[in-house]
Amino acid sequence: MSSLATEAGRTLAMGQDEAVGGGRQSVEAPFGKSLARLGQSRPDIVGLTADLGKYTDILPFRDAFPDRFFNVGMAEQNLVAVAAGMARTGKMPFATTYGVFATRRAYDFVAIALAHSNLNVKIVAGLPGLTTGYGGTHQAIEDLALMRMIPGLTIIDPCDATEIEAATEAIAEHRGPVYMRLLRGSVPVVFEPGYRFEIGKARRLREGSDIGIISTGFMTERALDSADALRKQGISTGVLHVPTIKPFDAKAVAEFANSVGRIVTAENHVVVGGLASLVVEALFDAGIAKTVTRIGLPDHYIECGAVPTLQAKYGLTTEAVIATIVALS
Amino acid sequence: MLRNSPPGTADIGALERKATQLRRHMLTMARGQGQGYIGQGLGIADTLAALYFHELRYDPHNLAWPDRDRFLLSTGHYSIALWAALAEAGILPVEELVTYGADNSRLEMSTLDTTPGVEMIGGSLGHGLGQGVGQALGLRVDKSDARVFVELSDGEMQEGSTWEAAMSASHFKLDGLVALIDCNGIQADGPVVLDMEPVSDKWRAFGWQTSEIDGNDMTAIVGALAAARNRNGKPKAIVLRTLPGKGVPRIETSEKSHFFRIDVALWDGIIAEFEKTVGAAQ
Repeated sequence: MSSLATEAGRTLAMGQDEAVGGGRQSVEAPFGKSLARLGQSRPDIVGLTADLGKYTDILPFRDAFPDRFFNVGMAEQNLVAVAAGMARTGKMPFATTYGVFATRRAYDFVAIALAHSNLNVKIVAGLPGLTTGYGGTHQAIEDLALMRMIPGLTIIDPCDATEIEAATEAIAEHRGPVYMRLLRGSVPVVFEPGYRFEIGKARRLREGSDIGIISTGFMTERALDSADALRKQGISTGVLHVPTIKPFDAKAVAEFANSVGRIVTAENHVVVGGLASLVVEALFDAGIAKTVTRIGLPDHYIECGAVPTLQAKYGLTTEAVIATIVALS
Repeated sequence: MLRNSPPGTADIGALERKATQLRRHMLTMARGQGQGYIGQGLGIADTLAALYFHELRYDPHNLAWPDRDRFLLSTGHYSIALWAALAEAGILPVEELVTYGADNSRLEMSTLDTTPGVEMIGGSLGHGLGQGVGQALGLRVDKSDARVFVELSDGEMQEGSTWEAAMSASHFKLDGLVALIDCNGIQADGPVVLDMEPVSDKWRAFGWQTSEIDGNDMTAIVGALAAARNRNGKPKAIVLRTLPGKGVPRIETSEKSHFFRIDVALWDGIIAEFEKTVGAAQ
């Protein structure tokens, strides 16, 4: 699964500041390109941003459909309110900003203006978790926890370029409000082009019996690489990728948990309220008593610094995942 | 059957009688639970009468008609007035009005959009104008000439999101968007707690074509609405100076209360007083 994709147009990842993987091929702006493609067949799609068009990869859509693109300026409450209003006239707005602003700043609007009325708006949020070194103002380390409290909101944390492309298409087909984390710029390709994404479905990507890693977002890339390395060390490691945080595939999590010795969760998010909490709830509900080791960000704000340094410090690298699991064995 | 398409010559006397009828409905509604946002409702009654029976283009039998003019009540707690107007417009049954605020009633004390004729969930103040901007933009994408009327309040201008929306409306030149700003001088903690004056100057500075009128003067309301029809590239703001409790002296002169609750038995006296006032005026 982690072999290099060879589709034309995919280039080798350059080691840019926010690259989330190395040594893999990558795609430039997979979200924006997908949206621009979708815009051809879906005249109801409109693009919105709050002064972060350039930084959320939505400009390919703007360039293709300038009359269907609106920049509301630095005003995230209004971004969501305007999106809600447009949805009520039959449009399907894709509204982009950073995760910190879509959640902390615009929360009441997401909850009441969008979700309460089940409006067909897709929020696509940049800088999820620890993908920027700008510190707590820009790192959406708790967005999944905040958003999963909103009834009826679908929440996606994609792993790679292939999944972003597939998820963009899937959420356009889905009727209702969505919060999708964005990996922007040069996004690594982890999954083969044939990878199938389905809202609400977890995917078992590796079979293993000793350790079962349950991961979401780009941590699945680390999980896959870790599982391959651990196997060579004699630790049989399975991987369950959970790209949809809500609705959560509790059944797949329970089945996977029953097939492994112990469970490790891995998320680009604080270890409270997000994937780890969801897994623990699912296991508890299913009556499965197993130890869960949580890999993710601590319950405090992260300092400024270079992304690779911070990811290493906070245990989000493949090396750190391997070390954590080896220490368990 | 389309209403007010286009608005005809206004019959001021008839519109005033509609406003009186809306007030009559509201008093009956508030009597049911002995409470409600009656002060605000009585204050905005004239505006809603002018909208639903003169200015707003809609089909009471086809609420989803894409080219309808929209009316967004941002102050969801003014629902008592909206329910009265929707009933009088033939969208809700008049007999249902007495259920206002009761368990299982769809005539909530703060609007939800599950009730027919409601274009947004009001009540979390500062939400309406931005949603109105979005609806106006969506209508523009569709090349529809439908307009969007958003009621908001003086207290609501304290929400920053109101000004985010105000900025974007003039930026996008949404000249089919009309803000109806109910300046009744009260908010939850009593008389308006932050000085919002000069209100009209603020809206003009944000690029809106702005007028300021007595919001309980039907001739002035109809005139301001007519002046807001021009498509000149500017959104329209009508600053309505209204009297909470208008039409019922005992409520007009009471402590300016955000939420009105009195003994059910006393409502009969209030209604009698209202009818006496109406009789004297006619």
